[in-house]
Amino acid sequence: MTAAEPLLTADGLCKSYGSTPALDGADFSIRPGEVVAVMGPSGSGKSTLLHCLAGIVVPDAGTITYRGDELSAMNDARRSALRRSDFGFVFQFGQLVPELTCAENVALPLRLGGTSRKEAARAALEWLRRLEVDDVAAQRPGAISGGQGQRVAVARALVTAPRVLFADEPTGALDSLNGERVMQLLTAAARDTDAAVVLVTHEARVAAYSDREVVVRDGRARDTARAA
Amino acid sequence: MCILTRMSIGHTLLGLLESGPRHGYDLKRAFDERFGHDRPLHYGQVYSTMSRLLKHGLVEVEAIEPGEGPERKRYAITEAGVTDVARWLATPEKPEPYLQSTLYTKVVLALLTRRDAADILDVQRAEHLRLMRDLTERKRTGDLADQLICDHALFHLEADLRWLELTAARLDRLAREVSA
Repeated sequence: MTAAEPLLTADGLCKSYGSTPALDGADFSIRPGEVVAVMGPSGSGKSTLLHCLAGIVVPDAGTITYRGDELSAMNDARRSALRRSDFGFVFQFGQLVPELTCAENVALPLRLGGTSRKEAARAALEWLRRLEVDDVAAQRPGAISGGQGQRVAVARALVTAPRVLFADEPTGALDSLNGERVMQLLTAAARDTDAAVVLVTHEARVAAYSDREVVVRDGRARDTARAA
Repeated sequence: MCILTRMSIGHTLLGLLESGPRHGYDLKRAFDERFGHDRPLHYGQVYSTMSRLLKHGLVEVEAIEPGEGPERKRYAITEAGVTDVARWLATPEKPEPYLQSTLYTKVVLALLTRRDAADILDVQRAEHLRLMRDLTERKRTGDLADQLICDHALFHLEADLRWLELTAARLDRLAREVSA
């Protein structure tokens, strides 16, 4: 674990959907280059915590601080800009655009950020190579396997060099061998680029790729690093 | 389930004494009811264990009652004994396959003595994950043989962790049954 200052912290997060509480006083912190597993049973609030930390969902109470700025006080436009420039996302499935090739999918975030077509294509191919799926660059997502698709999704999440990668059950739809390879490549790539990884998982073998774990139960997250 | 395997009988008897003084016979009966379904304790085990606990100041003889046979001693836990039980409950077990018998005993004793059983499960989960991280790293740098050996251990540890999760989810029900 690095001794650097926390990159992203949350204190006392509360969030309810209607009368159903999803988070009830959750704390969290992560440092650059750190991989933190968010664990807990189904319905414990893991994904809500991730969505709050990523600025997708605004908490009802509590504060989220990213590099010294309070995320929870930003307006929608500023949070969206931050998500594009600083955050990357990998979900369980259904994240690639089916009409685009794998290379175009990976290049997409760069193109949306204004990078030239040539430079975006070069970077996309480089990331597909790192994730060992450059052989499917010209294929569409429907023509490749689930394991290959997840690697393409990881490449797309990392192509913008995000400071924080949010991964929500990234191996949930994969078998053991494919899941393992995705985790090896994902954590190695994140460590190479000093990206922090918030890894939501209910699988202990996936969590074993993290530096430490934060357990969410009944909407409460116990982060021992935050308490210290 | 044979729950005597690798279990500390001394700590378990101490934990049972925490709810109030008992005779050796009562202790054996309480132990057998809760934890000794397959292998009840022998009287000799109870009395030799109590002698050892007495010697270490973890229990004391509260009363000696004359009977038709030998005198009956009523044992009470000392403050040092309570501290010893607390330390044992709070110390995670060395992760290894099939240790849930010891964990089950710890969880039940924590509920009986009104300690935080969820904490015991959390501490154990952290210990398991620590070992799983070491094995995962060994896999990353090792050859195929290393990977297969580590995978075997990882799958067993994962099964333990699932049991920890399941038990955590059922703690309220277990607490009701234990205190019934």
